[in-house]
Amino acid sequence: MAELTYRDAVAAGIAQEMRRDERVYLIGEDVAGAGGVFKATPGLLAEFGPRRVRDTPISEEAIVGAAMGAAMTGLRPIAEIMFSDFLATCWDIVANQIAKTRYMTDGQISLPLVIRTANGGGARFGAQHSQSVENWAMAIPGLKVVAPSNPADVIGLLAASVRDPDPVMFFEHKALYATKGDVPDGELVDTLGTARVVREGSDATLVALAAMVPKALAAAEVLAERGVSVEVIDLRSLVPLDTQTVLGSIAKTSRLFTVEENPRLTGWGAEVVSIAAEECFWDLDGPIVRITTPHIPLPSADALEDVAIPSVDRIVTTVEQVLA
Amino acid sequence: MTSTSTPAVEIDQETRLDLYRRMVELRLFEKRAYDLFMEGLVKGTSHLSLGQEAVAAGFGAAMRVDDYTFCTYRGHAHTLSRGTPMARVMGELLGRSNGVTGGKGGSMHLTSVENYAMGSYAIVGAHLPIAAGAAWSAQERGSGQVAVCFFGDGATNIGAFHEALNMAAVWKLPVVFVCENNLYMEYTAIESVTAVANPAADRAAAYGLESIIVDGNDADAVYAIALETLDRARQGAGPSLVEAKTYRHGGHSRADPGKYRPDQEVEEWLDRDPVDTYRERLLAQGIAENALTEIDDDARTDVEAATQAAREAPAPGPEVLERNVWADGSATWRN
Repeated sequence: MAELTYRDAVAAGIAQEMRRDERVYLIGEDVAGAGGVFKATPGLLAEFGPRRVRDTPISEEAIVGAAMGAAMTGLRPIAEIMFSDFLATCWDIVANQIAKTRYMTDGQISLPLVIRTANGGGARFGAQHSQSVENWAMAIPGLKVVAPSNPADVIGLLAASVRDPDPVMFFEHKALYATKGDVPDGELVDTLGTARVVREGSDATLVALAAMVPKALAAAEVLAERGVSVEVIDLRSLVPLDTQTVLGSIAKTSRLFTVEENPRLTGWGAEVVSIAAEECFWDLDGPIVRITTPHIPLPSADALEDVAIPSVDRIVTTVEQVLA
Repeated sequence: MTSTSTPAVEIDQETRLDLYRRMVELRLFEKRAYDLFMEGLVKGTSHLSLGQEAVAAGFGAAMRVDDYTFCTYRGHAHTLSRGTPMARVMGELLGRSNGVTGGKGGSMHLTSVENYAMGSYAIVGAHLPIAAGAAWSAQERGSGQVAVCFFGDGATNIGAFHEALNMAAVWKLPVVFVCENNLYMEYTAIESVTAVANPAADRAAAYGLESIIVDGNDADAVYAIALETLDRARQGAGPSLVEAKTYRHGGHSRADPGKYRPDQEVEEWLDRDPVDTYRERLLAQGIAENALTEIDDDARTDVEAATQAAREAPAPGPEVLERNVWADGSATWRN
């Protein structure tokens, strides 16, 4: 067992897979010489050399296009898009090409690739470098969508993504890069589509993702002190979606909250909530409530950004009011 | 600038007959596709290569069997020219289960991986970076394969073209980019919306590449430049950008009668029809007319058989609807 930061876990996960499989490559802007602008890929160039760890021009379509062409012809590339906001510049290749090609070719083409990207707010970068866009990817058939909340999951889920035969959008959260966590020794390989109950409770279920997981846990701690026992589920991946873990928890607690960083409309929680409403309506003792960022572009000033993104206080207050 | 209309290489008779056969097959296939549209058997849209056959034929004849083809929604010819069975392409146009993608792709998305036809891409320019990626993979695997990427003149004004050219040049990728300049991007003259006269060739210098223009209606010239650029790529000398000047006989797509084109221009290009002029050239070179007639007859028979097979093939059943979203064959997104 070792303590790693989330950003160190990214490099560790990539290295683990690159050592195992020579078909795994890493490309992206500043990923090689600079070790990534978030310092999530240092040391990889030194270990694997300039052919397997390669800097690209600022050409997002060329980055993900190259990954696609390489994946269909025998490599297993990892492509980094520096900020998830920049996915908009190559969304044609992601959404029209990568996502749909297996289906459109009726299974002739496989695309075992991973697109890693720094997602989410909290860094005061403003509306074009802070978005949570995991729900964009979730809306496109043919993309798997993963968003880890801690260092051990970064390694295990990244390994699972690299080994997956389908394209995976891997959302790292930039507010989590500096956080630390225990990581077991040896090779880590997790399973996509498995949510985890990270705190057990009996009064309500909080479903969270990525940076909202530690906030939901902190809120649960406060609520426990006030006599409210909440169960917290780390969804970990949106596609595949582990609905059974969520439905099972609701059967126990009878109340459901989602904690989402993405802006309100069609956020991932909307799908989770609709499944719950359809499939375990009679288990519920009250309204389902979504705790989200308002439907706004994220502002830059810390005083504003902190109010926009769900905070521990807002989670606590909302849960208390709804359960009261 | 290299401008090729007479080939620099000697082309043997067998290859010439092969080029002729390819063009005749493409011509007759596309004419039949048009007829089947008019009959209402082909739904949706289609973009025919009538008049542009020499480009797909010339490259098809020059490529190694395992070189990759990437093409566009105007991709029947390029897919067929890799040896994809006609019946499976025709079946796809008709939305039948015998189609190359079982009816999921349609006219604009023909793909036959077993023939190294790696897809027809219907978003303009998208496949240039993807072809570069296949070339990157070939380079890393040391396979000696080259990716050939066909696109229209309109693609030269989209960002992906420039991103792909730059990365391919910097990484010295084994890829040949082939611009079929048929003078019109959809309904608009390319010259009226482009800063340079030769939309591809005049951009080559920006990426440190040679400016190459070839007569896209001359199968020999296309074949020669294909050999040269494929060889260059295979030797590790990096990408090429070829601009083939050509002309489509019809409109952009099924819906377009092409009335925006001056009559005289259309007539001039019809006089330079790639199939007719090539036939005349072969006859002038002493090839017996019956050898050509035999090719014509065989192609007619093949198109007839392909049409028959497609007509008789059943429509895909609903059981395939949720198949092959994922590698496990399913469309399952939850447990």
